[in-house]
Amino acid sequence: MDWTIYIYKTIFLFIILLVTLLIAMYSTYGERKVAAFMQDRRGPNRAGPFGLLQPLADGVKMFMKEEIIPLSANKKLFILGPSIAMTTAMLTGVVIPWGGTLIIGGIEFPMQIADLNIGILYVFAMVSIGVYGIMLGGWASNNKYALLGSIRAASQMISYEIAMGMTIIALILTTGTLSLHEIVEQQSGMHWNVFYQPLGFLIFFICALAETNRAPFDLPECETELIGGYHTEYSSMKLGFYLFAEYINMFISSAVIATLYFGGYNMPFIDQLGLSANTITLLGSFFFFLKIIFLIFLFMWIRWTLPRFRYDQLMNLGWKGLMPLAIFNILATGVYYYFTELT
Amino acid sequence: MQALTNRSKMVSDKKMTFMERIYLPAIVKGMFITIKHLFRKKVTINYPEQTREFSKVYRGQHVLKRDEEGRERCTACGLCAVACPAEAITMIAAERKPGEEHLYREEKYAEVYEINMLRCIFCGDCEEACPKEAIFLTDRLVQSEYERLPFIYGKDILLEPLDPNLRIDISARQTESVLKFKQNKRYAHNR
Repeated sequence: MDWTIYIYKTIFLFIILLVTLLIAMYSTYGERKVAAFMQDRRGPNRAGPFGLLQPLADGVKMFMKEEIIPLSANKKLFILGPSIAMTTAMLTGVVIPWGGTLIIGGIEFPMQIADLNIGILYVFAMVSIGVYGIMLGGWASNNKYALLGSIRAASQMISYEIAMGMTIIALILTTGTLSLHEIVEQQSGMHWNVFYQPLGFLIFFICALAETNRAPFDLPECETELIGGYHTEYSSMKLGFYLFAEYINMFISSAVIATLYFGGYNMPFIDQLGLSANTITLLGSFFFFLKIIFLIFLFMWIRWTLPRFRYDQLMNLGWKGLMPLAIFNILATGVYYYFTELT
Repeated sequence: MQALTNRSKMVSDKKMTFMERIYLPAIVKGMFITIKHLFRKKVTINYPEQTREFSKVYRGQHVLKRDEEGRERCTACGLCAVACPAEAITMIAAERKPGEEHLYREEKYAEVYEINMLRCIFCGDCEEACPKEAIFLTDRLVQSEYERLPFIYGKDILLEPLDPNLRIDISARQTESVLKFKQNKRYAHNR
């Protein structure tokens, strides 16, 4: 009995890996299309129908480029940087519940690779390690621009991780569990956490933008000031890894937001349609991906609307704006539950 | 002070209100502007498949016209070279020999007629100067090249083909008013 689960988990792991890569691949295409449409342009439309093969062409281009490791760079760390960025970006997907439980032939197949009871903490750990990829890459390049970029990345991550962690505390106060699977199960029907924690969602979303180094928080890689920031010295597929890791991060953080605040694979009124349990599970996964894609679009939408923050504005927002708000959020949630639990 | 345009805006350094300071309403407003652009008609023209419509009097690559019987109209008078502000036109004149009447309309013709397309500014002064209606600018584009030499177009490129079906239409540039202008004796070359 055990081995079926092992084989299933292995296969499911590969499926999730492939889906992650595929969605990240097509988010690069989506980003270019969204950017183009918002600027009244057409975007890539030469490679394949509607330019759908553009990500492949980009990948091939990246592989064909000359690979340069600067003489003065720390060779080992220089290679380690993009590997860490890519690996940690993909590791986070392990704890996310991609769907409910499929029941085939009496055996339960949960659509989640590992249901850790500290799922949220695992996500945070991985995100924090992800910063090392950027920091190591920037430091090992032995280039002032790259170093500046990675210093900015580090300080930005530290500032925003605090506010992010505090919103999670408020969220845990309402859910009472750290397991992502249970958090999703609690949100069935229309009990999405975004309605219970609107302020928390807002802070979490802003912090997620900062954590993934997306505009308006893309200071570590701003082209205008730092000629690329931490990946100034990178070329070929190592650069590709950094750029790709950003898109994977975007996908994963969209998945985390959808899980924590938008009910994961839950869809209201779906259990009233009289469908079989397995169909509902699969439909739930479908809706989960729709939510993720909408959130990715939201990320892009914001990127092509807002200009980049200045460094002091970034620090101001993080420490003087979001952190007090997050503390207030914890306080308000705590007070509310203290009095409602009493009665 | 009087404003120069009606678009000038008064600026002030007044303190921002709370709603302005949290930025969120402004951000939402900005996002609505961008989403509106998402559904707007694209202004880009898909170039190789579609081309922008040319102006009726577009001035592109030159043509040396032949007359109805297929004889070259150009008599190598050199007025076009004199009129050319970019000094792009050079020519060598030659005398028509007996038996060549079917090739050249008059006793003198241009043995070599070259326009340097890198110098040409496509002003159209050459066709204005031409008393024989021999040179015209057309709506054809000058092709790009890898070297400089191929840009010096000789008669092999400039002269229009003999075949009546392949003649180049210049009716858009040879209107009534143009012909009338060419008859005007106020201009030296029309005298």
